[in-house]
Amino acid sequence: MPSDSYDPKEVAVLQPASLDQDVAAARAAFADATDLDALAAAHVAHLGHRSPIALARRELGALPPAARADAGRRVNVALAAITASYDERRAELEAERDAHVLHAERVDVTLPADRRPRGARHPLTLVQERIADVFVAMGWEVAEGPEAEAEWLNFDALNVPAHHPAREEQDTLWLDPPSAGVVLRTQTSPVQVRALLDRGAPCYVVAPGRVYRNDPLDATHSPVFHQVEGLAVDRGLTMGDLRGTLELFARAMFGADVRTRLRPDHFPFTEPSAEVDLLCWVCHGASAAGGDPCRTCGSEGWVEWGGCGMVHPVVLTSAGIDPSEYTGYAFGMGLERTLMSRHNIAEIRDLVEGDVRLTVALGLEA
Amino acid sequence: MRAPLSWIREYVDLPPDVPAHAVAERLTDAGLKVERVERIGADIDGVVVARVEAIEELTEFKKPIRWVTLATGTSATGDETRQVICGATNFAVGDVVAYARPPARLPGGFEIGKRPAYGRESDGMICSVRELGIGDDHTGILVLPTDLPLGADVVETLGLRDDVLDIAVNPDRGYALSIRGIAREVATAFDVSWRDPGAGKAPAPTASGPVVRIDDEDGCDRYVARVVTGIDPSAASPRWLQQRLTLAGMRAVSLVVDVTNAVMLEVGQPLHAFDRDKLRGAIVVRRANAGERMRTLDDVDRALDPADLLITDDSGPIAIAGVMGGAATEIGPSTTSVLIESAHFDPVSVAYTARRHRLASEASRRYERGVDDALADVAAQRAVSLLAELAGAVDSGDVTDVDVRKTREPIAFDPVLPSRLAGVEYPVAVVRKRLADVGCEVSGDDPMEVAPPSWRPDLRAPVDLVEEVVRLEGYDRLPATVPSAPAGRGLTRTQRQRRLVGRALAAAGFVEVVTYPFVAADTGDRLMLDDGDGRRPVLRLANPVSEQEPYLRPTLLPGLLAAAARNVARGTSDVAVYEVGLVFRPAAGPPIAAPPAGSRPSDEVVAAMENSVPFQPTHAAVVMAGDRERSGWWGAGRAIEWTDAVDAAHATAAALGVSLTVEADAHAPWHPGRCAALRADGRLVGHAGELHPRVVEAFDLPPRSCAMELRVDELIAAAPALATAPTMSTYPPATFDLAVVVPDEVPAAAAAAALRGGAGDVVEQVRLFDVYAGDQVPAGHRSLAFAFRLRAADRTLTAEDVAAARAGAIAAVEQAFGAHLRGA
Repeated sequence: MPSDSYDPKEVAVLQPASLDQDVAAARAAFADATDLDALAAAHVAHLGHRSPIALARRELGALPPAARADAGRRVNVALAAITASYDERRAELEAERDAHVLHAERVDVTLPADRRPRGARHPLTLVQERIADVFVAMGWEVAEGPEAEAEWLNFDALNVPAHHPAREEQDTLWLDPPSAGVVLRTQTSPVQVRALLDRGAPCYVVAPGRVYRNDPLDATHSPVFHQVEGLAVDRGLTMGDLRGTLELFARAMFGADVRTRLRPDHFPFTEPSAEVDLLCWVCHGASAAGGDPCRTCGSEGWVEWGGCGMVHPVVLTSAGIDPSEYTGYAFGMGLERTLMSRHNIAEIRDLVEGDVRLTVALGLEA
Repeated sequence: MRAPLSWIREYVDLPPDVPAHAVAERLTDAGLKVERVERIGADIDGVVVARVEAIEELTEFKKPIRWVTLATGTSATGDETRQVICGATNFAVGDVVAYARPPARLPGGFEIGKRPAYGRESDGMICSVRELGIGDDHTGILVLPTDLPLGADVVETLGLRDDVLDIAVNPDRGYALSIRGIAREVATAFDVSWRDPGAGKAPAPTASGPVVRIDDEDGCDRYVARVVTGIDPSAASPRWLQQRLTLAGMRAVSLVVDVTNAVMLEVGQPLHAFDRDKLRGAIVVRRANAGERMRTLDDVDRALDPADLLITDDSGPIAIAGVMGGAATEIGPSTTSVLIESAHFDPVSVAYTARRHRLASEASRRYERGVDDALADVAAQRAVSLLAELAGAVDSGDVTDVDVRKTREPIAFDPVLPSRLAGVEYPVAVVRKRLADVGCEVSGDDPMEVAPPSWRPDLRAPVDLVEEVVRLEGYDRLPATVPSAPAGRGLTRTQRQRRLVGRALAAAGFVEVVTYPFVAADTGDRLMLDDGDGRRPVLRLANPVSEQEPYLRPTLLPGLLAAAARNVARGTSDVAVYEVGLVFRPAAGPPIAAPPAGSRPSDEVVAAMENSVPFQPTHAAVVMAGDRERSGWWGAGRAIEWTDAVDAAHATAAALGVSLTVEADAHAPWHPGRCAALRADGRLVGHAGELHPRVVEAFDLPPRSCAMELRVDELIAAAPALATAPTMSTYPPATFDLAVVVPDEVPAAAAAAALRGGAGDVVEQVRLFDVYAGDQVPAGHRSLAFAFRLRAADRTLTAEDVAAARAGAIAAVEQAFGAHLRGA
């Protein structure tokens, strides 16, 4: 009976003094570890498979049940103390590492990060989309047409008389031969006619696009420029509706404070016709009433924005719409002028030369 | 039209305290846009009446210089005299002059002080008409009447202070090119009384009047001729007349011319004075004969067009009707007898002739916009009276008035129409009053019969009358209402897709430019295009803006290449630009005759019309030069290469849900070995790659510049109507790599396709990750290394599945291209 003389209660490593010593040794080792690597080594020595406490724990199985409970409690207390000591030291060393190592790894985040040049969309594109969105939100649709356009659609259907000077080569660019009756559209208005021919009434469309005049390029003129045209034809539309629509449009483009005025003007395709002006945003009209001269509005107090009016009956009948049943209004604005006004662009040339510096500076608007 | 307010006030009972800018505002509101109010005399200060006391001629200079002693009246310190240097000689001792007494100020902000001149200390200056801003005459100083009080302020004494309204007159408002028309509008705007300067009487025609024959009644429907004799050739225009002309923006020329011009400015009727003694026989109004020529007043010998309307006599053309007189019958310093023409010419004819000869005159501007045809006799009479008054002329009593005017039908007018169109209720009485204000005669009630006045040829249709009512009641009275449009469809799919194209390119780092669509004749050559290439320019403008670029672009590249080059030249050496726009190709259909306006053309005609204009598809293109990624503190940059162009195309297509297939092509203007043809759904949608070195050179771009051009409409057509959601297996993927050695001419895309096909359904992705050519593979071959990712929808793949896929891939590429596994 080998166990008769063997008193398991006397296992040395389970004695309280021995366990206390294990705890003390582990604590000392952890405390001596100066970095996480040393701590990991100490962990192996004092908490690993072959550590004194692990070996002591292994002896528990051989004890009689009564003694086992008592010794087990002692081992667990010792193990918890060692683990707590380890955790505490690890937290200390990690904090130390974070403070030193990550600090050492810091970079200068103000260094340039622009490895790849940024793209941008042209302000003329953005303003066209923005206008389209304003009107689409009101239930209008966006109409389109070609830039090389039939003379009939650009002039005749718009009530421009056959002999009107606007058709002359000094004003209009003609495709060769002129007898073929194709022009570079002088306004976005032929899109009106196309929309009416295509859809009939009621019709609410907006047509942004590129137009052409036979003007040489200078600071304020370009032979190629952009307009937006609006057209509404329905039963009972009035000039009041025109005015309300323009005010809404102006607020969407220039902010809630903008002030507009209509004043009589002349266009072949509208009657009555009007010019819509914006109150000068620099002098607020003071220059026209005797105040200091204003360069923005030429001391007129107002800045021209575009033309508008009630659709001429001839335009309606040319599209097969009965003017005694339907009325309509139309308006058109130059987009370059709108942009130049809003963004203080010195010359129209800047918009057409394709200098990316302009696009990058202005092609950011939402 | 420059209208001095003093001239307007002569006919309008405008309260004296109404300032010029208030008049300007009301006129603008009524449709006569006042662009500027010029304040005359406001910037003159310190110019006084002085008498010449003594003149000392200084002879030591190249030109005559006078040392003048002036008396400037009594001041607190007694009689004052001043001494000034003067370069003019048109005055004598005892004359009274305008003297700028320091510190004085003249128009243009010129400060006049005491300063040394010609060896003396000149104490101010004696002023000319031009220096005072009241005339053009700079030949001598202004000599004033001797009865003016010395020392008095010249501006006050002469009434130089005035306000000039500069009015932009619309083409439909010819009547506003006269004081008469403007006065009417001012009177209406302020609701005050006025007198019509055109209301005078004229004598009836006499049998003794000059013989006038109108051969072309379409061109001229009235011709009044008056003869005055006994003109004193030495008589000069009085200062008030010169001053008015100057303020109105015309030059004072001679008394006779000044009188005709003043009458024109006042009532709007252009007049012409012929030297009576230079006329030969009857006056005939006719069109020019082929080959006829004439020297005009501006001393230009002009070839006349058969459409030009002329005034002729036995000697031939003596004036271009309504545009300019002839030099041969011009009045001169010895003219004592004149024939005054006061006629009515067709606006269209005058407009064409003025444009044809690039000869816009004060007369032609008025005729083009429509002149009052009832006023010819009254205006002529006014000129005759003035000449009698100012030049001692005698009315010969010979009056001719050839009048073949057609009567105008009154307009039937629904008095409710203004309210209906404006959205404001105008009582019938208001409508009637406003129509009367513009000079209409109104009778009847519903409909009204409205006879527009003779000076309003623009009033032809009921809507024209509506504008008169609404503008005079005020556009500011219009309400601001917003109609509710029927629910719209929003942007169309195509419109949304076009936006996506631009956004994709901008997101990919390209900057949008908008270029002119005009190209030069040699564009095709510079792009190295074949003779039959559809991108050679063929659509030419009849009247191009620039003769260097008379064609419409059939491709976006020329404009974009030029824009890129411009940016490089301006120092943006790394440039990646894009443009989305229309290109122009020949029309599908033949030209058609324009249908009549005013009624809807048939659908067939509309379709034919749409086909008669050039085919104008939307393209998108990019051009790149320099570095795609910048160099910097991180190291070297990466130069642009052909892959960037191809990737731009992929990025654009991907935005539309389209995947492009790429194949090699040799297509100008690209490098024949570095050009990718791009297909979507089998259809060719564009090309991308590095540009041909010669093209790069022709467009002044840096070497290795790249470009891409896409047919956006084709791309949109290839876009899937609706994307189908993929099945996303959650089983783990299996991966393996393999490298195959293939002959150089086998495109990577083809090898990838073969591998993919051979690997079977479980292939999720085949990605080429390395290309090797060198010692370890046979000459003329390269190794292509691919990473495979496999996955099944319904199970975890086994080692056998993976091996089968691998073997299948290898077999397929071997069979297709004789490729073999690298290392095998």
